[in-house]
Amino acid sequence: MTAFADGLLLLVLVTDLYILASSRLAACVRATAVQGVLLAALPLVLWGPGGGVPLVHLLLMSAGALAVKAGVIPALLLRAAREANARREVEPYVSLHLSVLLGAALVGLSLWLARVLVPPGDVAATLLVPAAFATALLGFLMLVARKYAVTQVVGYLMLDNGVFIFGQSLAGSLPVMVELGILLDLLVAVFVMGIAIHHISREFDHIDTRALASLRD
Amino acid sequence: MNGILPVAAHVALLVLLPPLLPGVIGKTKALVAGRRGPPLLQTYRDIGKLLRKGAVYGRPTTWVFRAGPLVALAATFVAGLIVPLAAGSGPLDFAGDVVAFAALLGLGRFFTMAAALDTASSFEGMGASREAAFGAFVEPGLFLALTIVCIPAGSATFARAWAALPWTVWSPTWPVVLIAAVVLGVVLLAENSRIPVDDPATHLELTMIHEVMVLDHSGPDLAFITYGAALKLLVVAALLVHLVVPVPAEGGWAGVLWFLAGTAAVAVVIGVVESTNARLRLQRVPGFLIGAAALAAVGVAVLVAQGQP
Repeated sequence: MTAFADGLLLLVLVTDLYILASSRLAACVRATAVQGVLLAALPLVLWGPGGGVPLVHLLLMSAGALAVKAGVIPALLLRAAREANARREVEPYVSLHLSVLLGAALVGLSLWLARVLVPPGDVAATLLVPAAFATALLGFLMLVARKYAVTQVVGYLMLDNGVFIFGQSLAGSLPVMVELGILLDLLVAVFVMGIAIHHISREFDHIDTRALASLRD
Repeated sequence: MNGILPVAAHVALLVLLPPLLPGVIGKTKALVAGRRGPPLLQTYRDIGKLLRKGAVYGRPTTWVFRAGPLVALAATFVAGLIVPLAAGSGPLDFAGDVVAFAALLGLGRFFTMAAALDTASSFEGMGASREAAFGAFVEPGLFLALTIVCIPAGSATFARAWAALPWTVWSPTWPVVLIAAVVLGVVLLAENSRIPVDDPATHLELTMIHEVMVLDHSGPDLAFITYGAALKLLVVAALLVHLVVPVPAEGGWAGVLWFLAGTAAVAVVIGVVESTNARLRLQRVPGFLIGAAALAAVGVAVLVAQGQP
């Protein structure tokens, strides 16, 4: 099981890098959806039958993640991007090439961090903690390196995905209601951001967040 | 590799097989596009025809121009003697031969570029500059992918690296091996000037990379270049074949069959990739190659963190 989970987590890392590397907003959002599917499979693979966690709990968590992370949120974001008429990220603060290199460096950093810090609970997969750190860090990178609201929301989602992966090490000790509540929170947050994107694009004819930094009457 | 027979088989494969690969790729592309395409053996005929012709040398050219195709072909051939084809090791097998392999590819690239610059043609200089720029992005990917392959063996020798590679798909290293295979696939496309990095069929000098560097070569020189390009395709494809197909280490007929099947599969995949993708804009090629190198770097980091020896 460990090898299979590690493979899944490695694929999550690959999608992270892909999101960092692609300039098309739609490609970014679709990659987020793929990442959502991978994350939904993670609890089942990690704690599958006989893993000491009730099956109903696992199924609920997996289905919730699939519906929210791979279904509703990407659909919302795609719609927001379409309505804002934004197709690709032009001139991000950090160039795409540089952000991919930074991303690879951050993955290395999180692998090192996971070795230095003592992970909580009994972590089944060796890549679980590093992948969680890496996804969260790359999410931060997306948040600060991009100008468009949609890609920033994608970064926020990656950040949350990292937290979700980290939470997998505690599966079973957290009540299912809490986990579903977190997913619902995320959905509401993205919903609000979608509305914000809509308003930004209506106000400024684009969704470049730099426009929000300047004051005027 | 011991005995005369395996060495003879290796050299025979290395000499006879390469021109078949462009044929298979061309046939695949023609099939996907619904055409009949050139015959499978067209490249052999092209090379034969070119070898019978005389060569024309421009007045500004020096010995560098004449040496370019020869050195490139020779370097690629020696690299082909190092890399294992139908067995677990090649005829030239020494400690650190992985590095020698990459260096020989680099030597061939250098002489092709030097010959292009020697013509003093601005087009060829442009091609050489692009080749140098993209080469700088390809080589980190190549080295990092080879590092992934070498880490399980703890040795930069092809024979020991291939012997230590885990073939059972469920072993802990398999996803990383898959990453190495993907990155080597990108390196294969870039090293051999295929789509999406370069278009081997284009005739517009402004967008060509490899073709524009060999514009001034003619006759036997062009035959060497055509043959050398096919040979390079085979040599780099051999790396990929050994990663994805279980070629038996002891070789023999089973090894030859596995190797031929794997090589044909790689050629078909290249044909499909070329049929379904457009060439990237020149500015976007570095991003593609950097992405591959970053992926390989992540693979190396994961392998190191998993505590492989």
